[in-house]
This record gives sequence, structure tokens and C-alpha cells, in this order.
Amino acid sequence: MSALPRPAAIVVARPAIAGALATAYLSLIVLIPLAAVVVESSVDGWAGFWDAITAPQAVAALRFTVIASSIVVAINVVTGTIIAWVLVRDDFPGKRTVNAIIDLPFALPTIVAGLTLLALYGPKGPAPFDIGFTRVAVLAALLFVTLPFVVRSVQPVLMELDREMEEAAQSLGAGGFTVFRKVILPTLLPAIASGAGLGFARALGEFGSVVLISGNIPFKTEVASVFLFGQIESNNTRGAAAVSVVLLLVSFALLLVVSWIGTRTDRHAR
Amino acid sequence: MHVDASGRHSQPVGDSRAARLTLRAIALGYLALLLALPVGMVFYNTFADGFAAAWESVTTPEAQHAFWLTIVMVAIAVPLNTLFGITAALALVRGNWRGKTIVGAIIDIPFAVSPVVVGLALILVYGRQGWFGEWLTDHGVQVIFSIPGMVMATIFVSLPFVVREVVPVLREIGVEQEQAAQTLGASPSQIFWRITLPAIRWGVAYGVILTTARALGEYGAVAVVSGKIVGETQTLTLHVEEQYQQFDLTGAYAASVVLALIALFVILSMNLLDRRKESS
Repeated sequence: MSALPRPAAIVVARPAIAGALATAYLSLIVLIPLAAVVVESSVDGWAGFWDAITAPQAVAALRFTVIASSIVVAINVVTGTIIAWVLVRDDFPGKRTVNAIIDLPFALPTIVAGLTLLALYGPKGPAPFDIGFTRVAVLAALLFVTLPFVVRSVQPVLMELDREMEEAAQSLGAGGFTVFRKVILPTLLPAIASGAGLGFARALGEFGSVVLISGNIPFKTEVASVFLFGQIESNNTRGAAAVSVVLLLVSFALLLVVSWIGTRTDRHAR
Repeated sequence: MHVDASGRHSQPVGDSRAARLTLRAIALGYLALLLALPVGMVFYNTFADGFAAAWESVTTPEAQHAFWLTIVMVAIAVPLNTLFGITAALALVRGNWRGKTIVGAIIDIPFAVSPVVVGLALILVYGRQGWFGEWLTDHGVQVIFSIPGMVMATIFVSLPFVVREVVPVLREIGVEQEQAAQTLGASPSQIFWRITLPAIRWGVAYGVILTTARALGEYGAVAVVSGKIVGETQTLTLHVEEQYQQFDLTGAYAASVVLALIALFVILSMNLLDRRKESS
């Protein structure tokens, strides 16, 4: 029946061996390299690490990245919830297509995402304004690549939401917005928060979509990953490693929070 | 608040309709400005000088080489990550081994790492001055600024997709069928090929599509480890950037259209699979 009976047999019959194989693969590709970043950042001791992450250009890049990501996530929370709402509760011709293109930012290469925004809103674009090489351009690029997170995390919750509570609130005289704020929003909050957390982590590390449209002007439009790229190209791997560790810590903390929200809501659901 | 003929309270119809239309307008307007119009613009720009010019700029030797190199990345990274994904998912769901909880918790890490950090991490281990650098050089293997490093970067960024899709499916199908087969004397490999794999096939397919999309489109991690050598270590995404920097806008747009068409195809496949999953 099978061309490769033995490997399949091992995977099925000996989960421990399968686990060891998976761990080895994960180690060679992901874990050992990430450990190397941490080690490299600490070679010059705490003082060296501190100097690297408090260098003015590094601070400016990190600060701008965090502020831009926060603004983007705040916008995503509102627009993402509205889009999810419209996709679940509204009905109009072409809804299927709109629903499908929400995933476009996940499927489209980031470099192409940046280029598309530049084509329309850049110096040569037909839009009435030119955002090329400004901080607004960075926001636009981050909004593009993080669009699906909140939508895709809110949508399934909204679909399973029990309409009876809303109808009860409505029959008691609550208006549309009151029903949303008091009845629907509390149920959606965990989903909104986890979508926002994932979007924030993504925005913190984003590179491809930003690199063309931001112009990479230090102290102005330079985000953390673009700063890192410059440091690596000029052979300052130690400084780059230190700033990378900061980014990694923030992202991991966010992932932990998101998975904590996940397990908490799972328990509530049961 | 109106009171209708039957005496019950009812929502003023015009009010909720207006709210609905406003929300619809906001959602669609936002999507149009952020997604549809910019992507449409790239298509328009590509064919502004006619189809022939666009075709010419995606068939230059550099573009063709970049295209084939991208296919090579996908052809290596996707099968490896698929094998890893199925293996890891089975081990995580069915196994009970030491370290299982930790591996389960860290398997999503690649999604939280900036692509540039991925590149740096690989350089620090596999670069000439890296941890394994000396050993690799002694054995005549160049990883960084060469294709193996680019493949590793591609594997890194697309690693969790198959695991994530297969784990919930494995949990849902349970072990009863497999146990029944075992009682009837089926060997472990027969069980895998005839029962487990067919049951998880849509999950695997979905994961493979997502892995492929990510592998095709990766830019940052590959840019760091490739050295960006034109005609040698340039994938299609790096080619887009190179053409843009060289002011060959038609070339950049045309290559982008190729990638965008692949992305649209990916979305289409995801939708078809969604319907399959729902009906099965």
C-alpha cells in the first residue's frame, strides 16, 4: 500500500520518537538561532547591551515602532470590529468576495503590499495626496498587513453569538447602540483583544511592506526592523542582536497574553 | 421609541437601517481605500504600457531566474514543513513525552519574530563567523549568502502553519477508528495511510496552502541571508525590490502582479477548502 511504510509507522506507533524528530528540526531552524541572538547580545555584558539599546537611533526606531503599532492596533480594533460585524450581520451583493479578500494581506507578499500603497498614494500615484516617505505611510503599510487579525478573530465569535440576549435587551427598550455596548461588546472583547495582540506583534516586527514606502529616514520614518537591517548590513551584529532581544521579548510577552486570553475564554465557554 | 399597533415596542425601522448602511459604507470604504484600490492600481500600472511591455519585463533573464529560485524555495521548504507539521502534530496530540508542553508552547514562535531577526539569527549560527561556521566552511558548505540559508529562512517563517491546521483536526477525530483498525490487526503504517492521513487531509491541504503562500512571499528574512546577488540569490520578492530601486517600475509592478495573482489563487483555494471542510 505504502511506499514509505517505516517512517509512517514510527510516527504513528512511537510518538516519543516523532516528538524527538520534531524537536530536533525546530531546534536547528528556530531555537538554536534564536539562542544565538540572545548570546550575541550579551557578549559585551550588561553595559554593552544597555549601550546598544539606548543608542539614539535605536531608541528613536523602537519608540516610533511602538507608537505606530499602537495607533495601528487602535484603528484595527474599530475598523476590524465594524468589518466583522458587516460580514456577519449585514447582507449585500458581493459579500462573499469581500469576505475572501480580507485574507489578501496574509497571502500577498509584504514587499508587494508596500508597492501597491506606493502606486496609489506615493509621489507618482493618482491620489490627491502623497504620503510617500512619511510616518503616515508607515501607518498605512502596517494597517494593510495587520488588517485580517481583528476581523478573523471577531468574526467566528459574532457568528456564534446568541441573538436571544440582544432581542431581550431590545424588547426591554434598549437602543441599538446600548445593546451593542452592554450585550455584544463584552462577549466580543476577548476576541478583539487577542486579534489586537497578534496584530501588535506583527506590526512590531514588520519589514517588507514598510521598507519601500517609508524611505527609511533615521529619527523620522525608520522602524525597528529597518534599523536592524541597516545594522546587520554594516556588520554591527552585536548591536543588532541587542535590539532584536528587546523586540523578541515584547513579542513573546504579547503571545503569552494572547494565549492566556485564549485559555481563559475556553474555560468560560465550558 | 415607537409603539406599534400590537402595543409592543419596536425599533424605529429607519434608524437601524441607517446605522446598517453607515457601517456597511465604512467597512467597504475602508477596504477599498486600503486594499482594493492600491492592488488595482498595481494591475493598472503594469498594463499601462500594454501587455507586451509587461510580458517582456517579467521574462528578462533576471526575472526568470528569480521566478525559478522562488519555486526552488517553495519546493524544498513546503514538503519539509509538511512532514514536520504532520509529525509534530501527531506527537503533540497522541504522544506523552517529556518536553511536549514546552514544544507545544513554542511552536508558534516563528510568527512572533521579525523577519530581519530571523535572518540575523541564522547568520549568527550558520554564517562564516557563526557557531557552526567553521565546521561548515571546513566541509565546503556555504549557507549564508547562498541558497541553503535562504531555504532555512523560508522554512523558519513558514514553519508553524501545517502544525496549527492539523492539531485541531487530530483532536477532533479522536482515536476510536485507529484503535478499531488496530484491533482488527492493521499495522501502524496501514493505520496511518488508510485512516489518519485521509481524516486529516483537508487540514493538511489548508496548512500546505498557507505555507506555500508564506514561502513564496517571504522578503525580509531572505533579504538578510541572501546577500542580494542579482541573477544568483534573488527570489521574486527580492527582484521586485531591486527593480523598484533601479527605477524599472514596469518590471517591479509586473513581477508584483505575478505574485498578486498567486495570492489571489491562494485565497480562492482557501475558500474552496473551507467549503469542503464544512460539507465533510
